Amino acid sequence: MNVNEVKKFAINIRKETIKCIGNLGVGHIGGALSVVDLLAVLYSGEMNIDPSDPRKDDRDMLVVSKGHAGPAVYSTLALKGYFPLEMLATLNKPATNLPSHCDMNRTPGIDMTTGSLGQGASSAMGIACANRLKGYDNYTYLIVGDGEIEEGEVWEAALFAAAKKLTRVIAFVDNNKCQIDDYVQNLCALGDIAQKFDSFGWYAQTVEDGHNVEQIAAAIANAKAQSDKPSVIVLSTVKGKGYSKIEGALGSHNMPVSAEMVEEALAELDAQLQAL
Amino acid sequence: MSVKVAATHEMGKVELRKVFCDTLLDMAGEDNRVVVLDADLMNAAGTKPFRAAYPERTFDCGVQEANMIGVAAGLSSRGFIPFAHTFGPFASRRACDQIFMSCAYAKQNVKVVGSDPGITAALNGGTHMPFEDLGIMSTIPEMTVVEPCDAVSLGKIIRLAKETYGTWYIRLHRKPAPVIYEAESDFAVGKSCLLREGTDVTIFAMGYLVAEALKAADILAAEGISARVVDMWCLKPLDDAAVIAAAKETGAIVTAENHNIRNGLGSAVASTLALNCPAPLEMVGVQDEFGEVGQVDYLAQRFGLTADEIVAKTKKVLARK
Repeated sequence: MNVNEVKKFAINIRKETIKCIGNLGVGHIGGALSVVDLLAVLYSGEMNIDPSDPRKDDRDMLVVSKGHAGPAVYSTLALKGYFPLEMLATLNKPATNLPSHCDMNRTPGIDMTTGSLGQGASSAMGIACANRLKGYDNYTYLIVGDGEIEEGEVWEAALFAAAKKLTRVIAFVDNNKCQIDDYVQNLCALGDIAQKFDSFGWYAQTVEDGHNVEQIAAAIANAKAQSDKPSVIVLSTVKGKGYSKIEGALGSHNMPVSAEMVEEALAELDAQLQAL
Repeated sequence: MSVKVAATHEMGKVELRKVFCDTLLDMAGEDNRVVVLDADLMNAAGTKPFRAAYPERTFDCGVQEANMIGVAAGLSSRGFIPFAHTFGPFASRRACDQIFMSCAYAKQNVKVVGSDPGITAALNGGTHMPFEDLGIMSTIPEMTVVEPCDAVSLGKIIRLAKETYGTWYIRLHRKPAPVIYEAESDFAVGKSCLLREGTDVTIFAMGYLVAEALKAADILAAEGISARVVDMWCLKPLDDAAVIAAAKETGAIVTAENHNIRNGLGSAVASTLALNCPAPLEMVGVQDEFGEVGQVDYLAQRFGLTADEIVAKTKKVLARK
């Protein structure tokens, strides 16, 4: 992995994400920006995929169960060549193929429809079962939010994955510590997330800086090096990461994004690009 | 499509769950995309022989209906054809959002099987007695919602579900049921089955009430009333043409269902009539009540799901013609 290239990719994903949300003037910006570095790692060679053949049967698959991160995923896919960058400007516009929440039937490169929280955890396990039945050794990746794992279905899926020995599942918890109404700690505290997954029979790791692409890649390598349990990597992240005005603050889940804010954010991100 | 109606309608000898499992086994032998999921009710569903034959294609998830449906959606997204069973109330009420989003909205090919429809939940009582499952499922766009009434129709309709892409809800009565069809019958999505011709009134029945409707037609015939009897096994898409024809040709309609009349067959037929060809309508079914514990015979009387009730409602509707 070329670290500088991945960092650059992440910044470009953030720029496109902010631009496409700003283009409409409102959107799920906070939880989109918090998963960008993970997406940059996954789509920089970690996943066995081919943008020219998005439905390749034995590809690695990604279920973004926190479907509201759609704009970040779409930006990633566009930058990888799944569809033209100009299409990003259609986000949430009438008859778009880029809706707020990921839709496998509309967007090339989206492997599962998500949006109602918790459900992607289960469908990812179904995908992993299917891939095993097909005799593939590909990976199924899953991204859930920290607020999302308040859903009981996630823990049903966690039990299921361990019981059925779905060892080719690597899940990520985007632990950005914010949910819509309050900080997670105040609203429905999760305790030790990694320990919970560990007790459910998963191989659990925590990445202290969930925006550090090298730490993310090392954790994935570590997950791939063990083979008897499903893996989870808890990424300590910052909601709204990359745009200082909203970083770590409540209220960025779904918020108005003005032209001025876009300009300000892009200037910050361009400065980061320059500094690389 | 054509059906051959049995000459008599004695209680069948085979348990319907055995037909269910045998059909799954046949289909799995022909097509390696067929997989079976359950939420700790394989014993009830009679599908343990499937697990013995195809352990790797069986996913008994434990008591987690929501996850089971999500897993089924994931399997479907990779080309498999999952049949996911649990009791009807849990399939419809508890896993509703998973069926809505991960299956139907995501345009998957999941066959949800909800067993013990209505009063056949019997001694499991009101908590397990789905009088609302058809309504919940049929309000989801693009769903196909069906209720076979006997062994032949169950086997054929399960096979039809496998061959027809899309998310289905299939009501499964597990015990023996009266014989309605001969083996050479064929079924098509959205096509009701004419069981008995008649000119004065049409009785549209589903599931448990089909045999009762035929009994009612005999009673009515003895009194000089000619009742058409139609098995409306496919609630969605509804056979609107059959409803409109019945209204025009017989001028009065009775529906009979083992379900709440709200949002079940009664509501569906009423809607078609109101929009196309208004005609007097009476509804036999649960009158917006919860279920309760009891043997099926008791519950049939308790909720008015009997041939006698169909006769009474028929006379009532004829008086309104």
